Amino acid sequence: MSVKLNSRQVGDVSVLDVAGRITLGEGSSALRDTLREMVKKGQKKVLLNLGEVSYIDSSGIGELVSGFTTVTNSGGQLKLLNLTKRVQDLLQITKLYTVFDIHDSEASAIRSFE
Amino acid sequence: MGENTRGAPGFVERLLDSSLESVDSAEELAVGAAERAGFDDDDLMKIGMAVRESMVNAVVHGNRYNVNKKVHFAVDERPDRITVRIADEGEGFDYKSVPDPLAPENILRTSGRGIFLINSFMDEFQIRRLDPAGTEVTLVKYIGSK
Repeated sequence: MSVKLNSRQVGDVSVLDVAGRITLGEGSSALRDTLREMVKKGQKKVLLNLGEVSYIDSSGIGELVSGFTTVTNSGGQLKLLNLTKRVQDLLQITKLYTVFDIHDSEASAIRSFE
Repeated sequence: MGENTRGAPGFVERLLDSSLESVDSAEELAVGAAERAGFDDDDLMKIGMAVRESMVNAVVHGNRYNVNKKVHFAVDERPDRITVRIADEGEGFDYKSVPDPLAPENILRTSGRGIFLINSFMDEFQIRRLDPAGTEVTLVKYIGSK
């Protein structure tokens, strides 16, 4: 399965549920396009729910960084929710774990947006 | 280390197109061989990802998706290790030119982490230029290594 994306609104936070594989090609470009579209619409508080992500490669990691930069540069915030152990390990070895604001609970993640 | 009899020695060789479908095929072949050899789930993920990143380098940076160029893929399954060789037919890629992805000034770069991940996940990683063209990488993972 490639990536599956579903966006929903919780208060003023846009939650993007991501499932499947974020890899070079369809998976990473779909994530990039969706995040850019959200920023274009003026959404400033973005929560990426990665709980159902089964696999991510270096291209996918690059898209997470790209999304973070795009949202931040537009004056918004992008946070991560529900990392699987594999994604967490990857963010740790690439030293990106401290770059992102990472949450285990959607409620606390929503509250953490200013 | 005692003799490992969990996996039967085997060798698989393929000539693959320069496409993203080939990346998936190579990953599947390598992970299948590693599974037969007795690697655990964590190592299977590491081998799969290292092969995937190497294949992406061969298809995208080496052969540049050129339909006339092939990727030579081979996996050698032994009782104590798995060896994967991936060679492209491109003009050559200077791996040393890739900046350190862990350096603070590079941490927010959107690319350049593939080689780092391969190095992190495999026990041995060698790159050599081929004559007259191409780059070959050799990846080795030993059973039970950390």
